[in-house]
Amino acid sequence: MNDWLAFAWPHLPALLKGTGYTLIIWVVAMLFGSLAGTGLAVTRVYGATPWRRLATGYIELIRGTPLLVQMFIVYQGLPQVGIVLSPLTAAITAIGLNTAAYQAEYFRAGIRAVRPGQMQAARAIGLSRRRAIRHVVLPQAWRIALPQWANEVVIELKYTSVAFAISVPELMGQAQMIGADTFRYFEIFLVAAVIYVVLVGLVTLLLDVVERRYALRH
Amino acid sequence: MSSRNLMRVSHLTKYFGDTPVLNDVSLEVAAGEVKGIIGPSGAGKSTLIRCLNGLEPIDSGRIWLEDTELTAARANLDRLRSRIGFVFQDFNLFTHLSVADNIRLGLRRVRRLGRDEADHIVHRELARVGLESKWQQYPAELSGGQQQRVSIARALAMEPELMLFDEPTSALDPESVGGVLRVMRSLVAEGMTMIIVSHEMAFIEAVANDVLFMAEGRVVEEGSAEQIFQHPQQRRTRQFIDGIAAALIGEASEEGGGA
Repeated sequence: MNDWLAFAWPHLPALLKGTGYTLIIWVVAMLFGSLAGTGLAVTRVYGATPWRRLATGYIELIRGTPLLVQMFIVYQGLPQVGIVLSPLTAAITAIGLNTAAYQAEYFRAGIRAVRPGQMQAARAIGLSRRRAIRHVVLPQAWRIALPQWANEVVIELKYTSVAFAISVPELMGQAQMIGADTFRYFEIFLVAAVIYVVLVGLVTLLLDVVERRYALRH
Repeated sequence: MSSRNLMRVSHLTKYFGDTPVLNDVSLEVAAGEVKGIIGPSGAGKSTLIRCLNGLEPIDSGRIWLEDTELTAARANLDRLRSRIGFVFQDFNLFTHLSVADNIRLGLRRVRRLGRDEADHIVHRELARVGLESKWQQYPAELSGGQQQRVSIARALAMEPELMLFDEPTSALDPESVGGVLRVMRSLVAEGMTMIIVSHEMAFIEAVANDVLFMAEGRVVEEGSAEQIFQHPQQRRTRQFIDGIAAALIGEASEEGGGA
């Protein structure tokens, strides 16, 4: 144990720097995913038929393919059509586009679970459909979807590690590099794993607080 | 009562599939009038009242609020709805908002009032329905009767010209009914124009200037409360009124027998 600590200690700054990248990828991708996911969900429920089909097609396409493939398409495929992204931007884009599809499905289930009378009451006081969706339906749908949304963002926190495959120096990437230098993969990946566990634990605690704060009272 | 027509409905027809749920319904509501709509279940009463603020689309016919036609292709339904208060059978308070925010939403987002003015109206309307102390509560923390009174306050806050009530006491337990009817009675006293769909026959008989009896999607008979309840002209109306009376007497004698 002492031996491990002595080994890991000098590498901690590099691992923490990697953790910083992990968190940046995660936060930005989740914000994008929540916004885009909400838009996709609203489109699927309320949109005109062509838009609804487009949203459905996107969601099925993303959910039917591996994140790693999506990431390579963004990072190595897009340059062929003239869109060159840095590894970090490509990772954020791929994970954001990916989580948007999953979040859309949770939000859509949430919208469907809001009682129809809520929309009618909103319209009855003179709110437009758009405002009724924004101020009455979505806040409730979001609360209904909260437990599944929380689950999804925790899963995505771990999936940020896929970004190492396109050479983003996030936590997994750093651990991989240190392992390659020292050949002590076992120790360094275990340290990385511990950092992931701590991150997931903290995020879960935070989300529990959010869930309790915003739970719908019935 | 002025004779100015606030709402006019002419030859309204609506189908669910092939079945007509509203069949050539016409009516006029004068400013300050209280109109009661009664009839058996499935008569189309709720469908009719939901058409009156455009919550239900119609198949043919026309509806005017004063000089503005609700059924016109270019009608601004959002604006028209803000002039018509609607009270639902099952309240439909916004579950994620406090009592005050339920009332505030329309004031801020539809009437575009400032925060202070909106708050002033929130407290005024809550006081009007006797629930001023509940402004911070959430709907789920209130009884059904209290929720219905908040929903009335929410509608009144928009300062509507006309109030529509769709069976406002049908989802309530008996001891909550009185509080809601008291609030409605005070609106009658203030001269509010109201259309009320209800099974509370005694209440309708007491407050309505004019009563519409509907069955099978048609207006069977329209007249004063006295005419409809005491001297119905149509056989179908008589059947309905006698049926209710018989049921009430039956209930009373059952209770008498049990005691």
